[in-house]
Amino acid sequence: MRSIRAAAVGAVTLSLALAASACGGGSSTGGGSNDSPKTLTYWASNQGASIEADKKVLQPELDKFEKRYGIKVKLEVVPWSDLLNRILTATTSGQGPDVLNIGNTWSASLQATGALLPWDARNFDRIGGKDRFVDSALGSTGAEGEDPAAVPLYSMAYALYYNKQIFADAGISKPPATWDELVADGKRIRAKGKQVLGAEGSNVSENIHHVFVFAKQHGADFFTADGKPDFTNERAVAAVRQYVDLMAKDKVIPQGNAEYAQNQSVSDFAKGKTAMLLWQSASANLKSQGMSEDAYGIAPVPVRSGTPGTGTQVNSMVAGINLAVFKNTHNLDGATKFVKFMTSDEEQGILNKAYSSIPPVKNAQSDAAFNTPANAVLKNTLATSAAALPQVADESQFETTVGTAVKELFADAAAGRAVTTESVKARLLKAQQQMPAK
Amino acid sequence: MATTVTAKAGARPVRTGSSGGPVRGPRRPTGWLRRVSLPYLLLLPALLLELLVHLVPMVIGVAMSFKELTQFYIRDWGAAPWAGFGNYRMSVEFDAPVGEALLHSFLVTVAFTLLSVGLCWLVGTAAAICMQDTFRGRGLLRALFLVPYALPVYAAVITWVFMFQHDNGLVNHVLHDQLHLTGKPSFWLIGDNSFFALLTVSVWKGWPFAFLIVMAGLQNVPRELYEAAALDGAGTWQQIRRITLPSLRPVNQVLVLVLFLWTFNDFNTPYVLFGRAAPEAADLVSVHIYQASFVSWNFGTGSAMSVLLLLFLLAVTGVYLALTSRGRRTADA
Repeated sequence: MRSIRAAAVGAVTLSLALAASACGGGSSTGGGSNDSPKTLTYWASNQGASIEADKKVLQPELDKFEKRYGIKVKLEVVPWSDLLNRILTATTSGQGPDVLNIGNTWSASLQATGALLPWDARNFDRIGGKDRFVDSALGSTGAEGEDPAAVPLYSMAYALYYNKQIFADAGISKPPATWDELVADGKRIRAKGKQVLGAEGSNVSENIHHVFVFAKQHGADFFTADGKPDFTNERAVAAVRQYVDLMAKDKVIPQGNAEYAQNQSVSDFAKGKTAMLLWQSASANLKSQGMSEDAYGIAPVPVRSGTPGTGTQVNSMVAGINLAVFKNTHNLDGATKFVKFMTSDEEQGILNKAYSSIPPVKNAQSDAAFNTPANAVLKNTLATSAAALPQVADESQFETTVGTAVKELFADAAAGRAVTTESVKARLLKAQQQMPAK
Repeated sequence: MATTVTAKAGARPVRTGSSGGPVRGPRRPTGWLRRVSLPYLLLLPALLLELLVHLVPMVIGVAMSFKELTQFYIRDWGAAPWAGFGNYRMSVEFDAPVGEALLHSFLVTVAFTLLSVGLCWLVGTAAAICMQDTFRGRGLLRALFLVPYALPVYAAVITWVFMFQHDNGLVNHVLHDQLHLTGKPSFWLIGDNSFFALLTVSVWKGWPFAFLIVMAGLQNVPRELYEAAALDGAGTWQQIRRITLPSLRPVNQVLVLVLFLWTFNDFNTPYVLFGRAAPEAADLVSVHIYQASFVSWNFGTGSAMSVLLLLFLLAVTGVYLALTSRGRRTADA
């Protein structure tokens, strides 16, 4: 009898304990606190050639931070394919990192969730003031008229990378400045048995970055002035079609690239299979794949005619990474200190050199490393001919729906199906119908 | 297990109670109370954990499906407004884009599941019957056949991704470069062929399970039946049709159901194969729901679709069990 009682008591205790502990993980929806001032968790985006390469770049800096402030930073480098979903999950559960990198185009979408600490004047003062940052970078930190949801960390722009040897073999003396020139050069490059232009046809985000620029060059916008999706206007359709036609009609993007999504186009370029590549800050990546810096040149992305500038002469998005503080952080002071550290002139120099990006902090830009001919192209593009993606709450959804539409159009082109104005419009209409109703 | 215990325990109080428990002296009731309650107490941890692990998330999921859980509310679920049946209406409105896409994805999944389960069962059963007799190297072959089932899903499927690549993939190398079966290299990971790529991987991954189960079932078929049949002049095909398959009936009933549920709900294979934007031809419903949730950031709609899927699978399972158990009863009678 005694053993039965003991067993019963044991069973009840166990089940209660399990139930209690399992329920204990609930989320708090309040703001940040300073409950654990000695540690920080940091989610970094994958900026270098690999996750491992990024850890090698970041860890010494994090050690430096720990030495200086006595705060240990736990680093996780999150691949791009997972980052947005990881952030959403963290937002939903309230269990997330303290500090995190976000793609700057997501700023407005994530701002709408209320998961990120708003950078009001007081918070900006704690990291040295808003005017330390370049304006174009600040233009991609959240919806207009609201406090930024994040602080610029790395700035990047698209450029045309071209293989000097292939160009010389094909008898091309200078990189193309317009799309027509690019298509004409493509014929000569193909005649030499080389691929012309690399693209990531199945990478939703890459697709968006390109069609956004084409839309600008056609004078189109994907959103109306009051923030409603407007994907099927004539100019937007023409812009998307021009991009897909680079494969379907002009034959400069090889059909095989329709299924690329893991930066295979960068490898192709590094191996000398492809003559040209439209990429943001590719130098470090190309170097890690064994391509010497003398082997390629960097030129501005082509425009329809004339030279790059504002309006329809835009030739890049304002690409970049922002640093945000999760509102539920348990170490608000530490997180702010970390943002201040990462955006300090010194760290900006070190990190942006390692990732071949441009510092969004004005003082850090004067370093000679950011004024080489290659970086001058990127810096100049950012300063004069780059535009920010729409800063609206639905931006992330726009990336997924329209990016997927372009992926499907590339699949059509690869399968030899005709890409027409009607088929482009139909895909874009489907994308628009999937956008959240308001 | 659980049902037997509950049934016994449930029957007891009635009997003891009616024979006048309190009259028999003060010690008796505690005695039987202990005996009666012990099974429940021992079951309690399992029951509570079952509730926590299975039922609570399901209930939360159902609750979510009635809410307008968009990006503006995911941080604080409680604040999300109730949507009534709005999410469900949106999911089943087949004239509208969202419902139409869901219906398309559902039909693709049904076709895919039927083909995959059929092929898994056929290949698995054929292999198991071939391996019934002992021969040299049987153990080795059996182990080899089970490899796809034992491999981690990600490692296995990512290998298939490499093989299906357009430019450097093994599949195109064999079909196009070596055998010249196709006029030009085919795309397997985008476009219409993606359905067959998905089916291939699914069957490759699923048939060893059918093989394993059928092989186990075959151990219970008495040798004498085959010997008697052979004496009566039955050939191999007749033996399979008249002895093997009828004997495997109960095993097959469970096997097909389990394979159906697994295949219908499979998320890993299409997700690793195609990434977050699956091609239309291979847009399985599990990935579709995932993508629908993350495309619109409307987790209410995603939950509503999941609940609909759950109801469908419950209905199919219920009908299947009803039909097969009726069949078994008639067979037993």
